[in-house]
Amino acid sequence: MRAADVPYEKITAKTFPKGQDSLASGHRACQGCGEVLALRLLLKALGTDFIAVSATGCMEVCTGTFPQSAWRMPWLHVAFENAAAVASGVESACHVLRKKGKLPDKRFPVVAVAGDGGTADIGLQALSGALERYHRDFIYVCLDNEAYMNTGIQRSSETPFGANTTTSPVGKDSQGQNTWKKNMPAIAAAHGIPYVATASPAFHLDMMNKIRRAAAIEGPAYIHVYAPCPTGWRMKPELAVESSRLVVNSKVFPLYEVLDGHYVMNRKVEKPIPVADYIKPQGRFRHLKQEDIEKIQQRVDLEYDKIVRLSEAFPV
Amino acid sequence: MDKNNDALMKVKDLPAGFRAKPGSTVDFKTGDWRSIRPVLDKEKCIYCGFCYIYCPDGVYQDQGPEEKHYIADLDFCKGCGVCAHECPKKCITMVLEEV
Amino acid sequence: MANKPIGIEVSLAVAEAVKLCDTDVVAAYPITPQTHIVEHLSELVADGHLDAAYIPVESEHSAMSSCIGSSAAGARTFTATSSQGLALMNEMIYIAPVLRTPIVLAVANRALSAPINIWNDHSDIMSVRDAGWIAVFAENGQEALDLTIMSFRIGEHPEVRLPVSMNIDGFTLSHFIEPILIPEKSQVDAFLPPFETDIKLDLKNPMSMGLLGSPETYTEVKKATDDILLGSQKIIEQVFAEFEKVFGRKYNPVETYRHEDAETIILTMGSISETAMTAVDEMREKGRKVGLVRIRLWRPLPVKQLQAALGKAETVAVVDRHVVMGVPEGPVALEVKSLLYGTPNAPKVCNFILGLGGRDVRRADFKYIAERAQALAKDGQNRFEIVGVYE
Repeated sequence: MRAADVPYEKITAKTFPKGQDSLASGHRACQGCGEVLALRLLLKALGTDFIAVSATGCMEVCTGTFPQSAWRMPWLHVAFENAAAVASGVESACHVLRKKGKLPDKRFPVVAVAGDGGTADIGLQALSGALERYHRDFIYVCLDNEAYMNTGIQRSSETPFGANTTTSPVGKDSQGQNTWKKNMPAIAAAHGIPYVATASPAFHLDMMNKIRRAAAIEGPAYIHVYAPCPTGWRMKPELAVESSRLVVNSKVFPLYEVLDGHYVMNRKVEKPIPVADYIKPQGRFRHLKQEDIEKIQQRVDLEYDKIVRLSEAFPV
Repeated sequence: MDKNNDALMKVKDLPAGFRAKPGSTVDFKTGDWRSIRPVLDKEKCIYCGFCYIYCPDGVYQDQGPEEKHYIADLDFCKGCGVCAHECPKKCITMVLEEV
Repeated sequence: MANKPIGIEVSLAVAEAVKLCDTDVVAAYPITPQTHIVEHLSELVADGHLDAAYIPVESEHSAMSSCIGSSAAGARTFTATSSQGLALMNEMIYIAPVLRTPIVLAVANRALSAPINIWNDHSDIMSVRDAGWIAVFAENGQEALDLTIMSFRIGEHPEVRLPVSMNIDGFTLSHFIEPILIPEKSQVDAFLPPFETDIKLDLKNPMSMGLLGSPETYTEVKKATDDILLGSQKIIEQVFAEFEKVFGRKYNPVETYRHEDAETIILTMGSISETAMTAVDEMREKGRKVGLVRIRLWRPLPVKQLQAALGKAETVAVVDRHVVMGVPEGPVALEVKSLLYGTPNAPKVCNFILGLGGRDVRRADFKYIAERAQALAKDGQNRFEIVGVYE
């Protein structure tokens, strides 16, 4: 069956799951953390009948300090760079144990969760291997807060151009991060896997339905989630959802899906807000000059246009 | 030896594989991180649930059919103010905690 | 016991043992000289002889990561590696014991770079000696097969649940064709129960594994892991005894050869021990009181058995296959000295480094070190020597 045709139970405003969260309160994420919000909603969409695997990082540290855990499903953390490899092992084990009758004959996903560093930098090799090997019930979620926040806001390959971090500092000869954000969804899609999606917590139903769809589709899935970090972005703690709305409405982070190589633009931004309005509440961009912002705007328009054209050229 | 430091538990009491029970962070109350707290104006609330949906800490609880409002569990609320910011009716106000 | 030994490459015999154990998951990455093991396993899976998932991972780091995930999910799990592969796994090697994942790892021992070298010594396994794994060394092909089967039984034992490394010398054992008795499946089934554990990822009992250990818990976790490893020796000896009952072959943590009245004892690990036995015989024929002690169980270190086996000698010549840079002593010698220190009439300990990076170890080398040890002991000196180094 085509990935686009695989049925799954959609969450609507009316059917939003009101029961107990799959991620318990009492975790130690910062005030207003957009990453833990995304995680909470993604897990809520799946319930608790699945296995979660975490890479080392903010989410792992703040949810799993002995003797407590926030996770209400079986959860495993091993190390930083290998969430995809660990999840590969779990998925293969569950598959073979099911086949041998040692587990009930019912599919469930194995969900690997990692940050941008654990995905795009140190974890890229393990992720590429896992996607290429085509594990059946494998979902990889990158919660992208655009720097190494757990260790103190160091730049990663997902840090956007111009952002001030502790290792891409603004100085006499530096305007902050001097490279463009690595396009992880494109890299994931290049593996030819059945499902790739981007998501943002402000569009919570879209995000939650994407992980449900990923769970329903057989074969590896990659979901790249925008995860605002008020602490690391020098932003007011109440703005996580607001910024995850602005990032989409400014075309900086287009919401789209790639189903068997066919592109769907989930949210066409007809009247985009300027990039300048998106970056304004974030202290990490405070130093940028008009010409820098114009440069970013051009790049944003180009990248957004590529996805639009792909969705027109290769529709579902 | 006797406990003369910050050790949490004895070697023999550690669970095999150093595991923890699911959802056990509910024993860790994060409410004391808070300097401001959300106060709901029940009159203005339209029960849209955005506070419930967007709370990073999952502190808003569905109260069942008898009570339409979502009520924040202040044992866990860190006072980030996302709920107040996202409330379409602006019926949540963040007020300073009295010390 | 109807069958007879067959001529089979030792690597293939190890793979056959993994098959006989109904292994659920194999995650492996190719590296010389381990490759024949996993090649044969992937053939066995491809031909339907082994109902397992074979995960062709993209690195050894991911091999061990996948093995930890697989074992944590409750599957019997195997991998194999050598040298740089084990070095790349290193980070994961330290994590598996604390998570109590009883993975079986066959190491075809090979020298560590640099310079890059594909041949045999023990520098790879010595780099992970402190990690918390049970480690056994095979002397010959039959031992390699038997120890592979026993590794699953030992590691998965409810009082152990630790990963096990089964070491075979790269090429000099892994690639040799030897007469090996392949056991009947029914024998293996009688010896090895299915893998059951409650320390796993279970939808019905959803525990969290791999938590952060703060200063308030880290010390206790390390002590708890060490206690399990030290306590595993009792179980290992039980499993050796059970194995003998089913298969008729006797195993001990420490093996001895003509050591009872020996004035000089050569101490070895791995396949060079057979060469050493021949050398001992030849020296005995000339009236020299030389014996051999071989460490089969390297972790946990069988301290009491080693003290008993070595304690009556005048001199112990410890053979090491690895150089500890910056310390004038090999890793085995350091531990042997430590366990003999303070014992009554402790023998003198001399340390000889042999067979680095695949350099041949000959009978003459053992004769040389026995004589040298005797001479050095008379001088009252403890000595360290890299045998045959051309300088």
